[in-house]
Amino acid sequence: MQIKETPKEYDAVIVGSGAGGGMSAKVLSDAGLKVAVIEAGPFFDPKDPETMTQMKWPYESPRRGGWTKERNFGELDMAYGGWNLDGEPYTQKDDSNFMWFRSRMLGGRTNHWGRISLRFGPKDFKGHTQDGLGDDWPIGYEDVKPYYDKLDKMIGVFGSNEGLPNDPDGFFLPPPKPRLHELYYIKAAKKLGVTVIPSRLSILTKRINAERGVCFYCNQCNRSCSAYADFSSGSCLIFPAQKSNGQVDLYNNCMVREVVMNKEGKARGVSYINKEDGRSYEIRGKVVILAASACSTARILLNSKDGGSAGLGNSSGLVGKYLHDSTGSGRGGFIPALMDRKMYNEDGVGGMHVYSPWWLDNSKLDFGRGYHIEVWGGMGMPNYGFGMGMDGFNKFMGISEGGYGDKLRDDVKRYYGATIGFGGRGECIAREDNYCELDPDVVDQWGIPVLRFKYSFSDHELNQAKHMQQTFEQLIDAMGGHVFGDTPTKEQNYGLNKGGEIIHEVGTTRMGNDPATSVCNKYQQLHDVDNVYITDAGPFVSQADKNCTWTIMALSMRASEHIVEQLNKRNI
Amino acid sequence: MKRRETIKTLLAGSLAGGAVVSSQSCKTEGGVEGVIEEAFSVGVGRTPEERERDRKLLAEDFLTDDELGTLAILCDIILPATPTAGSATEAEVPDFINFMSKDAPFLKVPIRGGLAWVNNEALKRFDDSFEAITEKQRIEIVDDIAYPDKVTPEFNQGMKFFDRLRGLVLTGYYTSKIGIEDLGYVGNRPNVWDGVPAEVLKDHDVDYDPEWIAKCINQEKRNELVQWDDEGNVLNN
Repeated sequence: MQIKETPKEYDAVIVGSGAGGGMSAKVLSDAGLKVAVIEAGPFFDPKDPETMTQMKWPYESPRRGGWTKERNFGELDMAYGGWNLDGEPYTQKDDSNFMWFRSRMLGGRTNHWGRISLRFGPKDFKGHTQDGLGDDWPIGYEDVKPYYDKLDKMIGVFGSNEGLPNDPDGFFLPPPKPRLHELYYIKAAKKLGVTVIPSRLSILTKRINAERGVCFYCNQCNRSCSAYADFSSGSCLIFPAQKSNGQVDLYNNCMVREVVMNKEGKARGVSYINKEDGRSYEIRGKVVILAASACSTARILLNSKDGGSAGLGNSSGLVGKYLHDSTGSGRGGFIPALMDRKMYNEDGVGGMHVYSPWWLDNSKLDFGRGYHIEVWGGMGMPNYGFGMGMDGFNKFMGISEGGYGDKLRDDVKRYYGATIGFGGRGECIAREDNYCELDPDVVDQWGIPVLRFKYSFSDHELNQAKHMQQTFEQLIDAMGGHVFGDTPTKEQNYGLNKGGEIIHEVGTTRMGNDPATSVCNKYQQLHDVDNVYITDAGPFVSQADKNCTWTIMALSMRASEHIVEQLNKRNI
Repeated sequence: MKRRETIKTLLAGSLAGGAVVSSQSCKTEGGVEGVIEEAFSVGVGRTPEERERDRKLLAEDFLTDDELGTLAILCDIILPATPTAGSATEAEVPDFINFMSKDAPFLKVPIRGGLAWVNNEALKRFDDSFEAITEKQRIEIVDDIAYPDKVTPEFNQGMKFFDRLRGLVLTGYYTSKIGIEDLGYVGNRPNVWDGVPAEVLKDHDVDYDPEWIAKCINQEKRNELVQWDDEGNVLNN
């Protein structure tokens, strides 16, 4: 295998084009810098008719939106990728079963995510101070707030200012009105003393600039919006970066192997494999910004043996450690009062219109941290899976399950829109013994050593899931409904999703003031090498009961401004 | 109004026939409407690899004509035509099930075996194939396997097949154009969500809280460029 050197030298080489990498590209280009963005998948633009799935009908495909190995969330979902990629395995240590979702395309997983955009609150940055669990961040809410504010205005997020202590206000676009099932939810939640407020999603209910359209309520943000009315990294960061002051070159279908160092112990650039010709190349930059996703970035560092046998930036031995994902547990129910719906278009935005932020005090509970509740339901577009098991609702009505003919047809219509479901998403307490590392035996199809995972739960997560399930049952009961299935038992981990399954993995290159106990500093700069930064979720010290994307972007903006400043001062 | 025209109107900032008229329409440069119109002229977006795989699957043979014949009869027993809606076969459900068996090969044996089970049962009881026996005789067999909570042990395998088939027929039918119309789903088109219709609220024991609604988007001003004060209050909603 020959290495061809790319003659170009950039101010910065950015690895990954998702939320973190996209934001770095935007900030650096705004500052007039020359950057390369290296992405392991193909180019993607949500408005390209060749790849667009938005506004398509299920009957436009023979599998009606069903699962494929290229798109694990259904063939109309706009993330090329899944839990297993051909030729790119990952392995498990002992009895771990960590799930790793990777998307290979420009914009990465931002093309299909739920757009749930929650600021971390003041308590979330100082968890250890609150309850002695985990560690504090080296920064606080006041350090990140200005970036959240800028982010709200730059990208757009709807929501409402509620004055809640740990779910900060922001610069929101007005939220959409609740749908019918959400009104039922609000009523039930209030009855039980569960806080409920308008949801916070990065979808444009109101115009924020001339380049992006306004939501037209098709409910398909997971298919990535052709009018750019939702946040995807390509449409909202990479493309604007290309039109900005600097120069942004995209290197698509290029798989980064490692960071390459010079004799002075600084990063010189990265080496990558061009998937189209199978050859290795090197690309140079004054700064290397890793934003390949928490685990992929850890993998690149561990594989960068120019930085020492333990990998680059790993003098603490903590690269890959403290891996954690949001906890998750879900439950559904059947609500008889929502039977025989009057038909009207209630698609709404591509996600919930209302949600419940964490509402209780953990000092009175048997688990350390909170969770929020996501709500789904309504008369959605039928897709593969529609009607399967629907005849089973008959048992709630005290009539025979199954059947056929006109009766079955009537049943389907009666039950359509009468289900509701909840997803609890909570904080998993970060632990050093949850980690990814290089598998000593296995390489991928390009010969790059792969990750091996070790992941387990503590009682904090298990008891939290148990609490979620109790809450969901109470909520469904308060709506006069019937819960689906039996209450998950202790043996079933109380319905807790597997590690990684919520696709919020963070913490593998955590930040801190002490180089002995952290991988990067509070500006996400490696302690060991000052011209390598990490702008994905790797630097998170803790997850909070919030989805990570909004904080990835706020912190990426902050780190990227620091990079610009350091380059201008010629410090790096 | 045709969907394409609706989109054009919407993106230009007004919704014909609705209550919403923008006061300050701010058109996007580069013409988003043109892009979306173009998108409707091609099918579901696919990568070249996906397109190639679907082409191959569609060309592959699985169910025989005899099996498709039995399947068609069963599909139409599950969802026959009504005065207002087509049958499962009119919605091309057998083709869908044939395709899915190729796409998800774990379905192959259960589908083929289930169809054979039904034919064996017809032969045993009425000395002929399922296709050849009378409608009354077919229903006699179907009634023995269509109700999971009433099934007797000797029909359990048949019930399992029918259960699976019912699910596939419902999915195939209600994801077809005919089925979506029959269901009455009226979404998947550009529109402006402005809350639950008043008459629906009246039918249900829920209502909008005025305090909550005051925070929500005023759809008449959705095309106005947002302005905030320093506290994050929207000034033009």
